[in-house]
Amino acid sequence: MNILPEPIQNLIDGFSRLPGIGPKTASRLTFYLLKAQGNLTEELADALRNLKSGTGVCKICFNITEAGRDVCEICGNESRDASLLCVVEDPLDVLAFERTGGFDGRYHVLQGVLSPIEGIGPEDLKIRELIERVKAGGVTEIIIATNPSIEGDATAMYLYKRLNPFGIRITRIARGIPMGGDLEYTDQSTLLRALAGRQKME
Amino acid sequence: MPTRERTIRAEGIVLRHSDWGEADRLLVIFTRELGKVRAIAKGVRKPRSRKAGHLEPFTRVNLMLAKGRDLYIITQAVAVDAYLPLREDLLLFGYASYIVELLDRFTLDGDENPSIYSLVVTTIKRLSEREDRFLVVHYYEIRLLDLIGYRPELNNCVICGRKIQPENQFFSNELGGVICPACNREDVRDRPVSLDALRFLRHYQRSAYREARRASISASVREEIEAIMQSYLTYLLERSLNSPSFLRRMLREDDSK
Repeated sequence: MNILPEPIQNLIDGFSRLPGIGPKTASRLTFYLLKAQGNLTEELADALRNLKSGTGVCKICFNITEAGRDVCEICGNESRDASLLCVVEDPLDVLAFERTGGFDGRYHVLQGVLSPIEGIGPEDLKIRELIERVKAGGVTEIIIATNPSIEGDATAMYLYKRLNPFGIRITRIARGIPMGGDLEYTDQSTLLRALAGRQKME
Repeated sequence: MPTRERTIRAEGIVLRHSDWGEADRLLVIFTRELGKVRAIAKGVRKPRSRKAGHLEPFTRVNLMLAKGRDLYIITQAVAVDAYLPLREDLLLFGYASYIVELLDRFTLDGDENPSIYSLVVTTIKRLSEREDRFLVVHYYEIRLLDLIGYRPELNNCVICGRKIQPENQFFSNELGGVICPACNREDVRDRPVSLDALRFLRHYQRSAYREARRASISASVREEIEAIMQSYLTYLLERSLNSPSFLRRMLREDDSK
């Protein structure tokens, strides 16, 4: 028998399905909302409802965009350099680059990385679409900005193999010691690449 | 500093990782001391993490583990060998994934087994030293089956028990071994196996790697062994493995060039 009224139990169950939220946190959030002042619950409900219906995927770069638009803000912006293409794993990476304000090219979101163990192969990523984009012309450089992890590197190698025949410039973002990092704690792979990628001081 | 009781020193090889919480990762590590464990690496997705680079898959790593409620927490990690060639070659990356996937699927959390640990470490090392991939992978499969208790019977017929004669035989996944022509059940699931393929499999089963390395194998026998092992392993796991399809695709794309 349920001690709690059904609407409360439903919300608790709903919260518990979110990552990082256990039954205790779920109950706490639920009871907070129950007692919340004003129209917090209404606003939250609206935000949730619009989350899926109000968003779509850009047809060109596969980034998340507002519903009803074919292309995202960046792909639709004529002042952004269309010859420079930055390939990233997911939409949050686009956000990270945009926050730097230092990139004025366009993006391509793969929506994941290769992972043989998880069964994610090239056909599960937006790789065919990337090749189509390159084939269509106008791109002079591809910056591969997948994460510097083993899967990110494998994906970069695969992209290189597939894109190299097109004769465009293919680059990989640099890696090395992060700001505020510590050489003593740096792993051999990063250290080797930091050495290989050293730059002349000017 | 005296080691507190709750911190455990261990050496292991990282099998898989997945994102966990805000900036953490959940790792599956096969350790020499504790068998397969699940451990949380805190903060490794932040760029300034001191552990991140030491905990990528396939890395052999020295660890300090603290026992949490149901998972271990990694307090320190230093890579012993990162096997860099595996990160620079797509095929090697695929094969390493396969080796690790097999181990992950065949073992349960906790069962410590130092022999399996050293088998996996040497196999990954051989792969990264660019030894013959066919030999490395199939020698590993046969040895792993031995250590986990699925050693296929290749010397005596699994039905009549008589010693196998030098002729072509059948292999049954269900009975876990070879069936001689006299006992052939005409079961479609039994797969014919040539005398040559059988010889190599036996050779892998009883010889040290150094000796197994000396034998040279024809392409057709290689294909046969590949097919027998894949079918036997899939049968034992009751589910197909993920990495072989990735490997097949990479091999196909390499050929088409």
